[in-house]
Amino acid sequence: MEFFEIGLAHYLSLAAMLFTLGVFGIFLNRKNVIVILMCIELMLLAVNINFVAFSAHLGDLVGQVFTIFILTVAAAEAAIGLAILVVLFRTRGSIAVEDISSMKG
Amino acid sequence: MLTAFAFYLFAAITLLSAMMVITARNPVHSVLFLILAFFNAAGLFVLLGAEFIAMILVIVYVGAVAVLFLFVVMMLDISFADLRKGAMQYVPVGLIAGGVLLAELIAVFVAWRFSNSAEQNIAVPTPDAAEVTNTEALGQVLYTDYIYAFQISGLILLVAMIGAIVLTHRRRPGVRKQKIEEQVSRTQEEAMEIQKVTPGTGI
Repeated sequence: MEFFEIGLAHYLSLAAMLFTLGVFGIFLNRKNVIVILMCIELMLLAVNINFVAFSAHLGDLVGQVFTIFILTVAAAEAAIGLAILVVLFRTRGSIAVEDISSMKG
Repeated sequence: MLTAFAFYLFAAITLLSAMMVITARNPVHSVLFLILAFFNAAGLFVLLGAEFIAMILVIVYVGAVAVLFLFVVMMLDISFADLRKGAMQYVPVGLIAGGVLLAELIAVFVAWRFSNSAEQNIAVPTPDAAEVTNTEALGQVLYTDYIYAFQISGLILLVAMIGAIVLTHRRRPGVRKQKIEEQVSRTQEEAMEIQKVTPGTGI
């Protein structure tokens, strides 16, 4: 792995570190739903970097097509998640994760 | 050489801002660092030759998703200091889980090789960038081979939009609104009445 020769390995390492940071962030902010959602976005970004890196390395365009689909799903997920969060805050007055566990019916 | 410098710059800023996203005390700062991370990831995509994805990342993520996060963070009136209380006790567990995950990823990375038939399995070869631009090439694939997946992703966005509206829309009592169907369905009989007034008495 040459230091100045940027190849697939560099991008995969970056994506692995970014994904790990996202997982670590979920543990670190496990009370705050907003930051957990942001951590999920970070993990999806890492996956996107992997897809595009493989796409560029193999010369296959499909990786970029799938990245577009992932972006779509991520946008939908963020919209729904934040909408649920707003409704939760309206009824409970807090967004702490442990308060959600008592939600029934 | 310049490419390597750009890669290390973008990668370092992406990782640092991702670190700040998860450690910032104020969620508004978290969102702003998330935007910085997305911008730098877009730079990485440009380096990889995926210009369309880079622009989509800036438009969709920074322009829509991050702004949505910013709205919600600023709209909710929450004491975020209380939410961070006791966060430090989860650091060891998080470090263990993250470390195990990173070790697994490194193990996969060390042991993994391209199969010999990987070259034959390429579904859509990337056309020469000098002849067909990245956006045009993506469009040629997306609207033909992946048209059903594309339509379904559009449907997912529609469902998400309707779901978000249904979830957050609320009917407040006591608000006087125009009810068009009641106005239209009024008849002459119930709207007015004719009274005979005899002189000198009044009604």
